[in-house]
Amino acid sequence: MALTGIEIYKFLPKTNCKKCNFPTCLAFAMKVASRVVDISACPDLSPESRAALESAGRPPIRLVTLGGDGHKVEVGNETVLFRHEKTFYHPPALLVRVKDTMPKADIEKLVEEVDAYQVERVGMKLSMDGFAVHNASKDADKFVQAVEAVTAKSNLVLMLMSENPVAMEAATAKVASRKPLLHAATKDNWNAMLEVAKKHACPLVVRETSGLNELSDLSEKTSQAGVEDIVLDAGINDFRSSVDLLTQIRRQALKKNFRPLGYPVVTFPGELAASADEEVLLAAQHIAKYAGVIVLEHFSPAVAYPLLTLRLNIYTDPQKPIQMAAGVYEVGAPKAESPLCVTTNFSLTYFSVAGEIEASGFPSWLLVCDTEGLSVLTAWAAGKFDAERIAKAVKQFNAGDKVSHKSVILPGKVAVLRGELEDELSGWKVLVGPPEAMDIGGFFKRTWKA
Amino acid sequence: MAAVEVPVEKWTGKIREVKLGGNGRKSVVVGGANTLPFLCFEGVQAHRPAVAIEVRDKEPRDWSPHLVSAWGDALKSPGAWAKKAAEYGADIVYVRLASAHPEEGNTGASEAKKTAGEVLSAVDLPVIFVGPDVAEKDNEVLVAVSDVAKGQRVGLGNCVEKNHKTIAATCIADGHVAIAKTPIEINLAKQLNILLCDVGVQPDSILMDPTTGALGYGLEYSYSVMERLRLAALMGDGMTSMPMVCTVGEESWRQKESKATSDVPKVWGDHLQRSLVWEEVTAMGLLTSGADIVVLRHPRTVAAVKAVIDKMTK
Ligand code: B12
Ligand code: SF4
Repeated sequence: MALTGIEIYKFLPKTNCKKCNFPTCLAFAMKVASRVVDISACPDLSPESRAALESAGRPPIRLVTLGGDGHKVEVGNETVLFRHEKTFYHPPALLVRVKDTMPKADIEKLVEEVDAYQVERVGMKLSMDGFAVHNASKDADKFVQAVEAVTAKSNLVLMLMSENPVAMEAATAKVASRKPLLHAATKDNWNAMLEVAKKHACPLVVRETSGLNELSDLSEKTSQAGVEDIVLDAGINDFRSSVDLLTQIRRQALKKNFRPLGYPVVTFPGELAASADEEVLLAAQHIAKYAGVIVLEHFSPAVAYPLLTLRLNIYTDPQKPIQMAAGVYEVGAPKAESPLCVTTNFSLTYFSVAGEIEASGFPSWLLVCDTEGLSVLTAWAAGKFDAERIAKAVKQFNAGDKVSHKSVILPGKVAVLRGELEDELSGWKVLVGPPEAMDIGGFFKRTWKA
Repeated sequence: MAAVEVPVEKWTGKIREVKLGGNGRKSVVVGGANTLPFLCFEGVQAHRPAVAIEVRDKEPRDWSPHLVSAWGDALKSPGAWAKKAAEYGADIVYVRLASAHPEEGNTGASEAKKTAGEVLSAVDLPVIFVGPDVAEKDNEVLVAVSDVAKGQRVGLGNCVEKNHKTIAATCIADGHVAIAKTPIEINLAKQLNILLCDVGVQPDSILMDPTTGALGYGLEYSYSVMERLRLAALMGDGMTSMPMVCTVGEESWRQKESKATSDVPKVWGDHLQRSLVWEEVTAMGLLTSGADIVVLRHPRTVAAVKAVIDKMTK
């Protein structure tokens, strides 16, 4: 948990010697709390105080990095139970399971497809995070071959799944620089698995499905043995108990500051699902509450896209809607006779409109008004997208200089603003576009002579 | 061995139980939870969330071809549509009196009575009727429906802050449940419940519609407002403890991901599957944050969502 200035102050020498370049220890502590300076700027801090500070300042849920060379993903370090309390920070990694019993050609095809998958939304590129390569054959050579087949085709994150430390060592040795997540140390193989993780400095999954007491014991033992990058596997794959277990683990970590459960959690929503549809619904629940790594049994674009969108929604900071700077944007390569459209600065709105303009074949000017990140109707209802504001933006950004025609196109949902806007913008013609951006192409075709 | 204490919260409030139907009709009770959605270790979900199917009184003009082919000719008759909805497993039929909208036909009380009569005699499930969301027309058609459905405890909506008195009065007179709709805002939701109670509606005769944002189109706002409403209720606020209804199908199928049949990126995948999953994931997201009734459109979504609710609550 982040410490307050006062809490940090307690550990300082309290001599006000100014060697840190702050007038007092307290002033320094305040700056450390707000992350302006690092605690190391105080040369007189005792090693004991430093250790105590570090341990007290440790986040209640550890941040674990998956991947090394190539692609990296960070999971964990969440600080709240409900996103409205602050925000969720590190979206769960979405991995697709690859079994080493699959024919090599099938592995390659799946890996190529998942690796290449990228969908754009709100100007962001969304993609899958990697693969869980599973030693289903229980044969070490087959496992190594499958891992190599995957890494030959993709740089994405790897989780290696085998109960057998020998197979794990063989596979890990081949891809150690990629820092795969090793799944899993259990009661039965703990010593040997721990050695593999230590030797290659890889993060380790601790798996124990008989209960949280047993899981905590194993994770505590693991961290005491020097492996700190832990991911917990409580065997979460079931419709009835998933949210119970995930909630209990998250509450233990955040509300009780219970270290042994203060790690990201891996889940397997497809293991017991009767269909890909059921898998996606359980995965959706795991995204909302509270998985750190999700292993999927199926991959198809029509399922990946909604899941990635949900992940983006849930992990958006509720305090600040994703917004654009106000101004006149060029969509395509507009000319003086191209259309001039007006919209709001909520990114979702902007990208919906810009995307449709691009697809329409009519390059346009897009005037983005500052509506404090609100959508068209929300902004209108909140009084942040009215004729006066639009007219002001037209003038402020010299939209008139860009075009030769002096006409401006309003979103259809605020058709009511037309008359008022014509009054505000004398000499301008105000046109009303369709209510939905996807009909913009048809609208241009009917009304615009390019 | 570490003894991990189970972190149980001591909630003082619980979600109200609201009954729809009865009196000869089948009934459904929603609400009653005394903990967060789907948590079993610290409380009970007295009633599993219900799935409603949306039916319209007029054949929709702009629905996805996938919805049109799923329902076929039933789209032309609200009675036939409701019957098919029952066959597909609806717990509740949600009837939108769309034709009363001034731009959709501007039909009035007599047509609304006819629709209500058809639906009520076609199925014995509980029914919710909503108007076109235009104040004067809502009042006209809902009062008419209220009369036809007298005693059958249907849901009537939408009550909004500026227009709730007439609908509230007719709910009280005929023993119905008021649907209180507010635009994704916790205080407005609470305020409207208070207003409805002030005019005499019983708190257990109110359902809240906190407004649904579809996946990718505001879902996160609905999600958090519903979660906050649910938490406030569990902490003992009796004016936020009404069960919630979400119009998932209507919002989800109106988005480009479901609507556009061509010229979309290849990475969007198969159109039918994408549309179904879009609706299902919207439903699941909102069920996770506290929805007690999700109103859906596609029969396959209904089956998938019901199957998962069953597994999560058994
Ligand atoms: C999410 C949401 C919110 C979020 C804000 C989201 C945001 N960043 O804007 C929150 C919860 C904060 C919110 C708040 C409010 N909201 Co609100 N909200 C919604 C909701 C669910 C979705 C809006 C959305 O994101 N749409 C998606 C974007 C992409 O749509 P869009 O901007 O309209 O863009 C589309 C088109 O307009 C078109 N387009 C855009 N630009 C252009 C330009 C041209 C030229 C063309 C041709 C087309 C075009 O393209 C886009 C895609 O088709 C809607 C209801 C709904 N289901 O739609 C209510 C809704 C918009 N909200 C509403 C209201 C009343 C409010 C509040 C005033 C409530 C209150 N009193 O607190 C507040 C106001 C905000 C404030 N005071 O701060 C009402 C507006 C009613 C009305 N007709 O006036 C709605 C319709 C809900 C309702 N039915 O009551 N809201
Ligand atoms: S250097 Fe350390 S002891 Fe000196 S004033 Fe700064 S914080 Fe205090």
